[in-house]
Amino acid sequence: MRSLTEEETKVVFEKLANYIGRNIAFLIDNANDPHVFRLQKDRVYYISEKIAKFATSVSRSQLMSVGICFGKFTKTGKFRLHITALTYLSQYAKYKIWIKTNGEMPFLYGNHVLKAHIGKMSDDIPEHAGVIIYSMNDIPLGFGVSAKSTNEARNLQPTAIVAFRQGDIGEYLREEDTLFT
Amino acid sequence: MGRRAKSKQGLPPTFEEIQAEKERKQNKNKRSAESDRGDSKKSKSNGKSNGKSNGKPSKDNKSKGKPKYEKKVREDVVEDAADLPQVDLEELSSAKKSLFDESEEEEEEDINDEFDLEDANEDEMFDSDEEGRERPMFSDDEEDDLETLNAANMEEYSRRLEQEEAEEAEEAAKELQESQIQPRAKVLPSDEELAVLGNGPQDVTMVRTRMIEIVKVLENFKDLAEEGRSRTEYVNRLLSDICEYFGYSEFLADKLFHLFSPSEAMEFFEANEIARPITIRTNTLRTRRRDLAQALVNRGVNLQPIGSWTKVGLQVFDSQVPIGATPEYLAGHYILQAASSFLPVIALDPQENERVLDMAAAPGGKTTYISALMKNTGCVFANDANKARTKSLIANIHRLGCKNTIVCNYDAREFPKVIGGFDRVLLDAPCSGTGVIAKDESVKVSRTEKDFIQIPHLQKQLLLSAIDSVDANSSTGGIIVYSTCSIAVDENESVVDYALRKRPNVKLVETGLQIGKEGFTSYRGKHFNSKLSLTRRYYPHTYNVDGFYVAKFKKIASSPHDVSKAGAQEKESLARSEAEEEGIIHDDFAEFEHDEDAAIIESSVKRNLKRKGINPHAKKEKEKAL
Repeated sequence: MRSLTEEETKVVFEKLANYIGRNIAFLIDNANDPHVFRLQKDRVYYISEKIAKFATSVSRSQLMSVGICFGKFTKTGKFRLHITALTYLSQYAKYKIWIKTNGEMPFLYGNHVLKAHIGKMSDDIPEHAGVIIYSMNDIPLGFGVSAKSTNEARNLQPTAIVAFRQGDIGEYLREEDTLFT
Repeated sequence: MGRRAKSKQGLPPTFEEIQAEKERKQNKNKRSAESDRGDSKKSKSNGKSNGKSNGKPSKDNKSKGKPKYEKKVREDVVEDAADLPQVDLEELSSAKKSLFDESEEEEEEDINDEFDLEDANEDEMFDSDEEGRERPMFSDDEEDDLETLNAANMEEYSRRLEQEEAEEAEEAAKELQESQIQPRAKVLPSDEELAVLGNGPQDVTMVRTRMIEIVKVLENFKDLAEEGRSRTEYVNRLLSDICEYFGYSEFLADKLFHLFSPSEAMEFFEANEIARPITIRTNTLRTRRRDLAQALVNRGVNLQPIGSWTKVGLQVFDSQVPIGATPEYLAGHYILQAASSFLPVIALDPQENERVLDMAAAPGGKTTYISALMKNTGCVFANDANKARTKSLIANIHRLGCKNTIVCNYDAREFPKVIGGFDRVLLDAPCSGTGVIAKDESVKVSRTEKDFIQIPHLQKQLLLSAIDSVDANSSTGGIIVYSTCSIAVDENESVVDYALRKRPNVKLVETGLQIGKEGFTSYRGKHFNSKLSLTRRYYPHTYNVDGFYVAKFKKIASSPHDVSKAGAQEKESLARSEAEEEGIIHDDFAEFEHDEDAAIIESSVKRNLKRKGINPHAKKEKEKAL
């Protein structure tokens, strides 16, 4: 386990900025309980500094997970967000889309968000911006990228895609074997 | 007996009981017939017409069955009957009327009488009811005579009444005795039957009936046992029937049977055939129980809080959607967790800002509960020795949003070498699973004697490691909780007792759990520390949770073991050598050193001779002289 290099930090923060924008500041500047990013194998974890210190006593090969996993670096050096980061993403989300009850299950099965399923959405979403998907009773269901801006989306067909799915909580069941190793 | 049980029909009498009852009836009929004959003779000699007395015997017989069993309950009625001749005729005729009104019913009762003996004995309501109706019946017996009652036959009549009365009283006493001592039924199969039984599969209902009968005998062995049969014979038959009926290996059936009284054991084995209710635990990091219940009810789930002892548990009765795949489940609002798994965490009672170790954490039900109780503060080390199982552990931790966990993959005996000084340690030890047979049937046959040596061996080492990993000077904690999902004493009380012997710096404390039975302080000749009554046992048949065991320690002082750098291998070899050493002392106590003994024997022989005044050397000199 080690802290991220400058380059790695840049890649991770660029990705996060898509979803939470300037709220990234809240992640790194927490005066009374400072949190840090740590890299273990190819995964990036976000934890309280205190816990990170305790975790140093566990050897690298035996440390399976610490705090919340944000995602992993691919072999090509890109950073991919995991659904496990949703806890923090939903907390600091910039753009939000709420989907109706009839759209919940299709989304949790890995489908994109259709116009017909949208209950409400933030007013100022631009095209290709990171959005967090919620159910109508404010349960975070996943995240994705908007296909159209809010204004354009208003005039779409019911079957048209409004947001491309990138991660949803259905992965806890579907991807259990690959997500956590 | 509850009100409900009272209104139900009791158990049917056994064949033997019915038979005995019949015989008794016949005997009595004979006797009363005889006495009547005697009466008629007397009345003849008195010069009375015998026409009426001839018709009487049959009538007497018919009505006899009734008063007889009524007497058994209340003898004072007899006295009332004796007073009857003085009763005035008007009252009698009214009684007669009432009798006719109910004649059909009474006859019915006469018939039922035979079958409902036990019921009637138990049922007070029935009796008191009967009493009122019963009285006219007595007068009816004598009705014919009363009509012709005159000074001439008065004496003879009263004598006959007295005689009958005495007879009935005698019978009532006899019957009272008989009802207490039921006929000793033959429940054990004879040798010939045994030979047949060995040949192939048995009739399941027959085996079941026999089991119930044997349990009944064992409950009251002194009175019910067949003569010449020992208790062991009954127990052995019952055990082999249990193996046959429920499919246990003989070894395991024997082990589990002796934890309970026979009837309780039967309840336990039967409870193991039924699945426990599905329960879920609310994740208080994400939601509240009321909100969750509401959300799930809207999805068509029928649920209800588990009990007053937990504020986060919900019991699911039935559901229209898969309970493990609802959006609420995926969002981490709840986790599927057996009710018994709440108990060790409730006992552990983790506080905020503490450092806690869960030594065998997968699949994370307890770890996430600890984390939720600490409100994501402090630090939870979740360890599991099995790498594959850490996957589900990590999944659950992330799904439920526990941010304060560290997941590691050590042999738990490596602690405290890895890191020690915890405020609290939870050891939910790997076990044989005899408490969760309902969940995993394979336990019934797969567990052997070897398992009950190896598993406790590991558990002892784990528990010592757990104790050593705790900081005795912790201001808030210093707590160790040991739990298993087994009910075997080898894995519970004897492990805890071992730890108390090896680590005098810990003591058992109250678990703080509202339910549960006390742990054993002695079991089949083994005696444990008296404090073991503070530990708690849970059985499927008493609380409808999985079989479980919880013990809570408090560490009161540090020990040199706390700073030891021994890893799992060192501990294993240490424990092995220790077990070997103990084994030598326990099994073959000592060997005789014949050479050393010879010298001691010789000297003591000499001393004895001297005491008797014989010179031990004199003999030798004699021999020399020869």
